[in-house]
Amino acid sequence: MPRFSVGDRVHIVDLGKAGHIRIPWYVRHKDGDIERYCGAYANPEDLAYSRRDMPPVDLYRVRLRQIDLWPDYAGEAGDTLDIEVYDHWLEPGGSLT
Amino acid sequence: MSERKGRFVSHPDDAVAVVEGHAGADYYALMTEATRQLAIERGLLLQSDIDAVIAALEAPRPEWGAMIVARAWRDDAYRARLLADGSAAAAELGFRIKEAQLVVVENTPTLHNLIVCTLCSCYPRSLLGQPPWWYISKSYRARAVREPRKVLAELGLVIAADVELRVHDSNADMRYLVLPMPPAGSEALDEAELAAFVTRDAMVGAALAGSDAKMPFGRPVPPG
Repeated sequence: MPRFSVGDRVHIVDLGKAGHIRIPWYVRHKDGDIERYCGAYANPEDLAYSRRDMPPVDLYRVRLRQIDLWPDYAGEAGDTLDIEVYDHWLEPGGSLT
Repeated sequence: MSERKGRFVSHPDDAVAVVEGHAGADYYALMTEATRQLAIERGLLLQSDIDAVIAALEAPRPEWGAMIVARAWRDDAYRARLLADGSAAAAELGFRIKEAQLVVVENTPTLHNLIVCTLCSCYPRSLLGQPPWWYISKSYRARAVREPRKVLAELGLVIAADVELRVHDSNADMRYLVLPMPPAGSEALDEAELAAFVTRDAMVGAALAGSDAKMPFGRPVPPG
């Protein structure tokens, strides 16, 4: 049972892990909304080091506002960015501003 | 530059195309060639094995994606299935997306989608083939998320201020295909004619499907 549902507000954390990390720096510490649940997949943070017996992890797509990602975003206020985030990089977020 | 000997670098024209800022590209090209020669010498592989893998990598073509788009334009039920489960809908037409789940995102009069992989060069290669050079450039990967409207304008596509621009960072287990809007005036065309308007760049969101973008390769052919 996935921890989050579509529309849930989430906060992308910074786990400070080294190695093969698929969560780019520019979305860490940012808030967004769950766009969809993608299913459970092998964690690339393990897979990259041949740790193949680890349990799969839930993957979501998170929608963020560009103006929340870049303080000086030069596009339109309604512009968005969707990105895939594994469950362990997410925590429940605050209320929508 | 140090003198390089051997059959693989005999002339500057044969030199490996170095991706911008990709330190060590020559080193890895050399290691790849050395590994290939050793594997063949020791009987681990035949050259025909390598050729077969390269042929399989090079077989997918943007025209395959164009057939999916054209079907979606002509068949609303198919379009709904495509948006709900891209991989399953692609499989209906005989296209197996091998590397990941396919997510199809639809352009509308109020929404334009753009695909980028900021971390590397994730791309639906088993459907569309290899990505264009600019897609794997560090400049596009950095700027498409940071100033996407400016990047698109430089590519010749100005997104109106009242259209939401949605960038998809293809960073993990999904691969993305943009379902463009059909070009104006194409209502009477059949699927094969429509597919000729769907370019590779339109399926990345870097262009519109349009009349000035005919496929250079003729009519689409389904995978063998």
